[in-house]
Amino acid sequence: MSSTTSLILIGVAVLFILGIKFLSSPKTARQGNLVAAAGMLVGLIILCNRDGSNVWSHGWSFNYTLIVIATIIGLIIGAIGAYSVKMTAMPQMVALFNGLGGGAAALVASLEFIKNAHPVEIAGIALPVTHETSAAFTIPMLFATLIGSLSFSGSIIAYLKLEGKFEKPMTFPGQNILNGLIGLVIIGLAGWLTFNATGGNAITAFIVMAGLALFFGVAMVMPIGGADMPVVISLLNSFTGLAVAADGFAINNTAMIVAGTLVGSSGTLLTLLMCKAMNRPVSNVLFGAFGSSGSAQAGAAGVVGTVKPIQADEVALLLAYAQRVVVVPGYGMAVAQAQHSVRELTEELGKRGVEVQFAIHPVAGRMPGHMNVLLAEANVPYDQLIEMEQINPSMDRVDVCLVIGANDVVNPAAREDKSSPIYGMPIIDADHCKTCIVMKRSMAAGFAGIENHLFYKDNTRMLFGDAKASLNGLVAAVKAS
Amino acid sequence: MDTNILFIFILSIFVGIEVISKVPSMLHTPLMSGTNAIHGIILFGGILVLADATTTLAQALGFVAVVFGSANVFGGFMVTDRMLQMFKKKK
Repeated sequence: MSSTTSLILIGVAVLFILGIKFLSSPKTARQGNLVAAAGMLVGLIILCNRDGSNVWSHGWSFNYTLIVIATIIGLIIGAIGAYSVKMTAMPQMVALFNGLGGGAAALVASLEFIKNAHPVEIAGIALPVTHETSAAFTIPMLFATLIGSLSFSGSIIAYLKLEGKFEKPMTFPGQNILNGLIGLVIIGLAGWLTFNATGGNAITAFIVMAGLALFFGVAMVMPIGGADMPVVISLLNSFTGLAVAADGFAINNTAMIVAGTLVGSSGTLLTLLMCKAMNRPVSNVLFGAFGSSGSAQAGAAGVVGTVKPIQADEVALLLAYAQRVVVVPGYGMAVAQAQHSVRELTEELGKRGVEVQFAIHPVAGRMPGHMNVLLAEANVPYDQLIEMEQINPSMDRVDVCLVIGANDVVNPAAREDKSSPIYGMPIIDADHCKTCIVMKRSMAAGFAGIENHLFYKDNTRMLFGDAKASLNGLVAAVKAS
Repeated sequence: MDTNILFIFILSIFVGIEVISKVPSMLHTPLMSGTNAIHGIILFGGILVLADATTTLAQALGFVAVVFGSANVFGGFMVTDRMLQMFKKKK
């Protein structure tokens, strides 16, 4: 590698770091993404082989034609996915892209490994091994294959779960023990391969190991409930980063090591931050089989009071003559495509001098920050979105709290009921306001499958029906009053 | 193995943790999506192995790796940009 290339490579690393840095502040986030993309483009142009020569400077061959075709196919798939996905389905899309990255990492590692493991024998005579089989090469290859395969299959399952296929946790007795045994077999095979990286047996063992890793990804994610998928995707995202870094070690590419490691470490921190927002240790998410039928019934035991329905006209009056209104949006609002109607209602109230704010729970929606994206899409002004910690202390001075399609994040059981599976999770104190209006399609339980105590409180009224239709009715009624 | 590479690896771990330590939760989703695009750099690995491929099997698997990596990197950056353009200043 020439020294010019090395210098440019440092610039690429800086672009990645600045990109992530900018991504973590609202003002610069969009530039951050573009900065990282620019880094990627520069890195691609100066891409070097293991021997240090530029990969584009070799003579053109059939393989390069394949590279161009494959890149264009990937570009088209990526563009169609990125621009056709609905904002509500964003977490699935991230899971899918992550799975593809993991799959690519595993394939790259596998190809390198199998190429070097090829039996070096001509007409029965063993030739001296001239290629790389040292542990420093083999271990990163094996790691990238294992983690990449696991990330690939795990992400596909996470995608399917978020799409609503088998979103309930699937568990059976001895599951963790079986998973542990598979894990041990994988580690055993990897250990053996580290010292026996050549020959036909190595290739067989390698294929078995990769297959088990694929199965392990499925077995790991299947028992986890759909509500915990964001944490799983974030974790698998950091896994893929580490697999890419390991690939970088084996094929001696510094840009891949830097980018993969940055994603691996920031992704791990992000996973922990998400778990903290839900007040659950990460081990509980991965091995706890949350939301199974037993715990749902336990949550229903402490319910007292009755459900009190209310009509739209009455809600409109309450809202129109309130001083301060807080909206608590949930995923249900987004599913009903009601963001725009919410914005209309809040604008109408604003004209009448009502102070309107949105209370955003850190895990509202399907991923942390998902709700902000959904509301931003509907042109809700940025400064009306208030995070949970900031708004909770003043909730008792709120006249009307409008809960739209949110459920678990306003369930007082998290504060009151020690037997509830969500006990200890921070919630928005919707029950502290003067009147709480819950807009809901029916009395079905939320994503976590737990009965909501809020619905039975004395100051709570239920406005049943489709969120969008109800909101449009409210807008008309507020205008008329 | 070159120990300089290990050095880079260790420093990168700390940089990765440091740069996002103050991220507000409203940016968690775009940040996850953006870092997801960055690990699409595996496209480089795919290109390198496909450029060196000598057997049909290696060419086929390398081809799949490049398609996957390319979808990851391009789709990742595009979907993140689409998400973030909604955060731009209103009014």
